[in-house]
Parts: sequence; structure tokens; C-alpha cells
Amino acid sequence: MKTIDLYTPIIESSIYHLKAGDFVTISGTIYTARDKAHKKIAELVAQQKPLPIDFTNAVIYYAGPSPAPPGMPIGAIGPTTSYRMDAYTNIMLSLGVRMFIGKGSRNEEVKKLLVNHKAVYCSSFGGAAAYLNQCVVDAQIVAFEEFGPEAMYKLTVEKFPVIVINDIYGGDLYADV
Amino acid sequence: MRTISQSKLYTAVYDLVVQANFNLPEYVGQALATMQASEQKPLAKETLNILIQNAHIAAQKHIPLCQDCGLVIVFLEIGTGVTIDGNPESIIQNAVADAYKNNYLRPSIVKDPLFDRTNTGTNTPAFIHTEIVDRGSVTITVYLKGGGSENMCSLKMFTPTADIEEIIEYIITTVKQAGPNPCPPLFLGIGIGGTADVAMLNAKKAVLHKEPHPSEEYRKLEEVILQRCNKTGVGPLGFGGNNTVAMVRIKEAPTHIATLPVALNLNCHSLRYRSITI
Repeated sequence: MKTIDLYTPIIESSIYHLKAGDFVTISGTIYTARDKAHKKIAELVAQQKPLPIDFTNAVIYYAGPSPAPPGMPIGAIGPTTSYRMDAYTNIMLSLGVRMFIGKGSRNEEVKKLLVNHKAVYCSSFGGAAAYLNQCVVDAQIVAFEEFGPEAMYKLTVEKFPVIVINDIYGGDLYADV
Repeated sequence: MRTISQSKLYTAVYDLVVQANFNLPEYVGQALATMQASEQKPLAKETLNILIQNAHIAAQKHIPLCQDCGLVIVFLEIGTGVTIDGNPESIIQNAVADAYKNNYLRPSIVKDPLFDRTNTGTNTPAFIHTEIVDRGSVTITVYLKGGGSENMCSLKMFTPTADIEEIIEYIITTVKQAGPNPCPPLFLGIGIGGTADVAMLNAKKAVLHKEPHPSEEYRKLEEVILQRCNKTGVGPLGFGGNNTVAMVRIKEAPTHIATLPVALNLNCHSLRYRSITI
């Protein structure tokens, strides 16, 4: 399939040409965050406390990897279902996140917010966690280690494959099928 | 009477947990290949190709099939002709905890659903369903269920005079609304009859049936539901395509004159389970 190769940080202008249904690969730095990390980040924002990373132009991957076996940077690392993070998406966009990666559909509010903030939502390949492990070259915990698999990881990835679901023009692959 | 030692039961459960996490059952892998061949759309074809490669990488490099190593459901059939040297429930819990820890499998169980969502760290408790059967052996089935697809399960209590078409419509609507969330192509287990809880348990058991229903009426119903689900266009991982459901399996039970429960167990494309008789 024809693919578009993107390198982080992903700036606003580089997502203008992304359309729902495009096959994209990401190389560079992405950060994992799932349910607990989102709740914690929202609390830190509300309390005006320092945040663990700079979210400007960041790529957030909704994932909770399995532990790293000896000799590997990480274990299995596929996407988790995204709608559980819908309630926190406004906060994450306000912090400057440019791309979210997960799986499954988002609510109408999130779709509008993505258009307004010029950010995209992509799906990776749900249940292809061993395959996706092969795209991760390094993994470091950057925050919330106490959450175990729900800690926030900084991942260095090479050609990590995703499909654009919601683009900045209101396009929605799931609605089209 | 035959005695099964603690260590024999422990080893059996431990090995089943490991196999289920790293090796897709052969016929599940074959189903992925058949669907891949039948897809026309490039994205659907490529998606199934990635899922097939995933199974190969998992087995060869010993990386779990999915980062969600599941909650562990155990079906335990204890024959009347055997005794187990010890409490089978605690032997199973220990085997599950050790298998998860020693094989770098993700623990995903929290202590309390509302007031203490702290990870137990061991992926226990496993949820064990025990049956007493008329045999001289013990059969253990370990079934791993991911949270994403478990969240899409559904139960509806129909009135006993409901039309079969109404039931089919409910099933299609559930699959369509779940869309990409449970990671299709799905293995769909359907429990019909019994009580609300029995129907759901039968939906869990049904999805593990390799073969279609032995009775012709139910077999035809499985076929109709499969075809109708695949006309929704949801496709592999919801990206669009002809394969939304890989298999449909029904398990029925006698029920009350006033009831007709229908339970749906939506399982992702990665149907992970293993069985052994000892």
C-alpha cells in the first residue's frame, strides 16, 4: 500500500495533507498514556502543577505495554480502545498534542475538537502487539511508574504504522465504511 | 479412585496460560488466512496480513499476541472418578500468577471495580467455572479475554414470543455499533436460553467451539448471522471490508416459559485459548 512517512515532532503544516484512510508511518518519539495517566494529567493541569513532558506537537499513543522481556526494549505494544480517553481529549489538545494513536471510534465532540485544534486521530493495528513491538527501538518510563503497565513511556519508534481515522477536515474513516 | 497431584494440575494450567498467550490456535490462524484471501480492498487485505504476521512473530520471538494479556477465564470439568490432591481453585490461581510473572505477561486485574482500582500485579484472580462431569479425568480450558472486546458484550432479555428475525437484528446492530472497538474480525459466541447469567456463560463457552453447532437448525442460524454480520461492511479492525465476523457459534439452554435471554460474547480476532484433559 502507498504510505506517507512522517517524522516527529509533527508540526501543524505536516498534517494538512493527511486524509482519513491514509496509511502513515511514524518515526521518532511518541509517548504512551492511557486511562490512569490521562486522569492524572488532568489533575495536574487543574492544580497548575508541573507536567511530566512538553506536549507541544507531541504524539500520544493510547497503550499499556506488556513488560519488557530480557533483551527487548518493551513487550507487546498494541493500541487500547480510545473512547475511554474522550473526556480528556480537550485538555490534551489544549496542551498542544498534534496526534493521537489508539483504536476504535471517538465521540462527536472529539471529532470537532480535532478540527478546531488541527490535530489528527489515527488507529494503529489492534491486536497486532507483537508486530508493533518490532517498530520500537527504545522505551523509557517518563512518568507515573507506580501505575505499572499504565505508566507513561517515551518510545523511540521506526516506521510505526497507523491509519488516519479523523483528519483536520472532518473526515472519518469509520463513518465512511 | 484416581488421584491428580497438585503439581500435575499446576503444570497443566501454567502451560495452558503460556500457550494461549503466545500461540494462536491453528484453526484461528487458518481463518485469518482464508479471510485475507477473500478481501478485495487493499487496506482490509493489508490489515489481515499484519494480523497473520503478528501471530508468526508472537510464536517465533515469544512476544505476547496482544499487550492485553487478558483476564483469565478457566473452565474446569472435574470427573467423578478422580480426586485432586489439594484445593483446585488455589492451585489454579498460583499457576496463573506464576505464568504471568515468569513470562513477562501484562497483569490487568484491579482489586476492586469502584473503590480500589489498584493492579493486583499477578493477573489474579482468574475467574473459574467448575462443573462436575461423569468421567475419570479433569478437563481444563484457559480462555484469555481482552478488556476492549469484553466491554462490547451484550445481553438482552427477549419476550418468549419474539421473532427470530428480531434476535438476528439485535445481534447485527450490536456488532455494527461495536464497530472497530472489539478488534474485528470477531469470533462471536451467542448464548440463548437459560437465565441471564447462564446465557452469558454459554456465550463464553460457545465461542470456543471449533466446530459449528451439531443441530441443523442452529447451524443454519449461525450461518445466517455470519453472512448478515459480514454485510455490515465494518471489516477488519473497522477499516472497511467483507470480514467483520470470522465465526458464529451458538450454545442454547432450556429456559423459563416467560423468558428468552440472548447473550453476546464479542471476541477479537485473536481468539486465545487452550484445553487439556489430564
